[in-house]
Amino acid sequence: MENETIQKLKEARTLLAEWTYELQTINRGYCNRTLYINISDNQIESKPVTPEMKEKFVGGRGFGLYLLWNAVKSTTKWNDPENEIVIGTGPICGITQYPGSGKSLLVSISPLTDIVIDSNVGGYFGPYLKFSGWDALEIQGKAANDIIIFIDGTTGKVRIEQAPLEPIDTHLLAEQLTEMYADDEKDKRNISVVSTGRAANHVRMGMLNFSFYDPRRKKTRVKQAGRGGIGRVFRDKKIKAIVIKNKETKGNLNNPANKTLINKAGLRLHREIQQLDNKQNRMRQVGTANIIEIMDQYDLLPTHNFKFGGHPDAKKIYSNVFRDNYLTQGLPDGCWYGCSMACSKAADNFELKTGPYAGQKVTVDGPEYENAAGLGANLGCFDPQFVLEANFYCDTYGIDIISFATSTAFAMECYEKGILNSEITGGIELKFGNSAAVLQILHQMARGEGFGVIIGQGIHRMKKIFIEKYGADHNFVNDIGMEQKGLEYSEYQSKESLAQQGGYGFTNKGPQHDEAWLIFMDQVNNQIPTFEDKAEALHYFPMFRTWFGLMGLCKLPWNDITPASNKNYPPSEAAKVPEHVENYCWVYEGVTGEKLTPEKLILQSERVYNFQKIFNIRLGKGLREHDAVPYRAMGPVTEEEYLSREERYDKQMKELIGVDPTGKTVVEKIAITRKYRMEQYEKLMDAVYQRRGWNKNGVPTIEHLKKIGMDLPELIKVVKPLQ
Amino acid sequence: MRVLAKIEENCVACHSCEEACSNLYFKEKNPLKAALRIIEAQNDTDPHHIVTCTQCGQCINACPTLAISQAKNGVVRINKKMCVGCLICVSVCPENAMFFHDDEQEPFKCVACGVCVKNCPTEALYIKTD
Repeated sequence: MENETIQKLKEARTLLAEWTYELQTINRGYCNRTLYINISDNQIESKPVTPEMKEKFVGGRGFGLYLLWNAVKSTTKWNDPENEIVIGTGPICGITQYPGSGKSLLVSISPLTDIVIDSNVGGYFGPYLKFSGWDALEIQGKAANDIIIFIDGTTGKVRIEQAPLEPIDTHLLAEQLTEMYADDEKDKRNISVVSTGRAANHVRMGMLNFSFYDPRRKKTRVKQAGRGGIGRVFRDKKIKAIVIKNKETKGNLNNPANKTLINKAGLRLHREIQQLDNKQNRMRQVGTANIIEIMDQYDLLPTHNFKFGGHPDAKKIYSNVFRDNYLTQGLPDGCWYGCSMACSKAADNFELKTGPYAGQKVTVDGPEYENAAGLGANLGCFDPQFVLEANFYCDTYGIDIISFATSTAFAMECYEKGILNSEITGGIELKFGNSAAVLQILHQMARGEGFGVIIGQGIHRMKKIFIEKYGADHNFVNDIGMEQKGLEYSEYQSKESLAQQGGYGFTNKGPQHDEAWLIFMDQVNNQIPTFEDKAEALHYFPMFRTWFGLMGLCKLPWNDITPASNKNYPPSEAAKVPEHVENYCWVYEGVTGEKLTPEKLILQSERVYNFQKIFNIRLGKGLREHDAVPYRAMGPVTEEEYLSREERYDKQMKELIGVDPTGKTVVEKIAITRKYRMEQYEKLMDAVYQRRGWNKNGVPTIEHLKKIGMDLPELIKVVKPLQ
Repeated sequence: MRVLAKIEENCVACHSCEEACSNLYFKEKNPLKAALRIIEAQNDTDPHHIVTCTQCGQCINACPTLAISQAKNGVVRINKKMCVGCLICVSVCPENAMFFHDDEQEPFKCVACGVCVKNCPTEALYIKTD
């Protein structure tokens, strides 16, 4: 980067506010204060973390939800000034000895769902926020002009500056700001930037990038807080970036109570990964892309808008194709120090073919599984070059790839069905497999023009437009539009796994797999056959996984490596990975000094999970009707789908439903299957609600809230009329 | 290439080498803070095992902060200022010769300084150069 460019950017800045705070050490994982910034009036203040906050909300996402609850009203919309973006850390966040301990947890009211969205992300921002003295950062208000917020953890200063000249696209901005704020090359590792891209000016599926400096590549790289449109909120507030600067990172900055316990757990997992990862998931070689071929082979890879679970061409985007032809460096690389699972892959010197940066050689972060599955299989574009190009542009434009892929897949099916035509799309042939069309859509989103902007509003809003403007059949688009609560489905087929239908359907934020991924337990291994088994799994796993978000932890090192001790447990226990649960208890105790049992861990999560549930109810969703899922997530909508698995469906009809399929038309068989599967889903809902302590309408009972210590007056007020 | 080499058959497990090493680098005689380790034999027939660094450099690529590098003389060193104490290097060492102690923020390893050689009464250790 030329100094001259940086100098020009700096000279155009106007200081709007500067605030000084006292630097302090962290006490057993907590700073015990949060940073509040209002960008409407440039007010900056420190808020105390109370013992009650820690007791009930623990940290990370829990703190975020608590702060957001207090900031908004029941009528607040995503673009109201009182809506906030809260970035939380969590007591474990920032330790360097245990893999996956650098996550930031975001919450905001979503432009896609109109309820709370939570999203977690790697990169160095979360740990640096804590090392700078803050358990969470709360941003409220709307700036008049584009601003950059700078938190200087080396001197204890927060600055808000008007920043008119900086580019918005992440791959440019994050690099420039890293250059601008670092003292020298060595200091770049101490900078982290939160940014988005120009598409977030226009589309609801805007996401946020969190940077970290890769000293081997000498590149600023990014991880994504993808889900739910927080990038759109960021740009609506006219924020270009939040920059944080940290002193040197050391392994004891959390001032843990008992480092021996942390080291014991960390080294046990490091060694396990070192010994077993190459034989198991190859996370260090290919990252999460390792499951592309597994999903394809198990009929779970969403293909052509979730119609099918695989495709003969899918092998063109299997993980080894990326490893052998695109991924560079060949060394483990993580998105926070100490992550020996190191799944953050990148393709360097990738030459772009389209768009404003055509001809330039860039570093592409990824592809992650979701990117390859969504862009490749779900859009029918089995071309690795395309997957990486679209991956790059989604990242730098600030677009959530999951929502982008699932929404575009929906539009493609509507196009092929004749609901849309080239006149409506402005001449774009939106057919499955047309990768050029997908890139056109992507670039339109960045420019805020054309049909791309329609797709960028997400499926929920597209359905309404297609019905009202283009005469689409209401039932059909509701069946095939893979969204729920306004959020697009992530990239797994839940059709043949009832438990996973609930795993997606009964989520707080909408159908994202980070709450529960039960497909193998249910569909492949048949380990949870009864409603009670499924309900237990749909209680335990969402609660367990919620805990990662309270701590600042990544889910992947939990079960993307299996310890040898797992064979000592029956399958239903083995799925919990008991040795790793023990690690988490050690690490929690090591940091905070408080003993933790697996039961207490679940209780911590249950408190926050139920709080988020009630938050949704307060904002007008969160009831049984909102847990209904599109039928494509449950079974075959169209004849071609039924016929693609005719043998399976006919067999189930005979054995499970007790109806002989012989002589029945496909249409009749679809109807019979549908009736059965819908009933099963309702029964599952009853069982899960009961297990979670909710009534039939999906509302936590007062009795249950008392039991888990969450009978807070503000919560009782919301649920009381719905008991 | 400079490396600490060993003749395990000569070792009498007096632990003088560990004491000399920890005393030099940590100012205390504590075998758990030495950059080599004597694992005493479980029977009279086997020799004692001396865990030493072969300067193979596998830890270099595992380090996320580029804190580990190999000097011209082949010795692999940790730059403590750059180290964040993640212990990944400890887990990848094929010799288990990357050591750590819970009192310390960074791991430590043999730099082939030879202080252990000077303190070994039985010539079980020597510095090899080629």
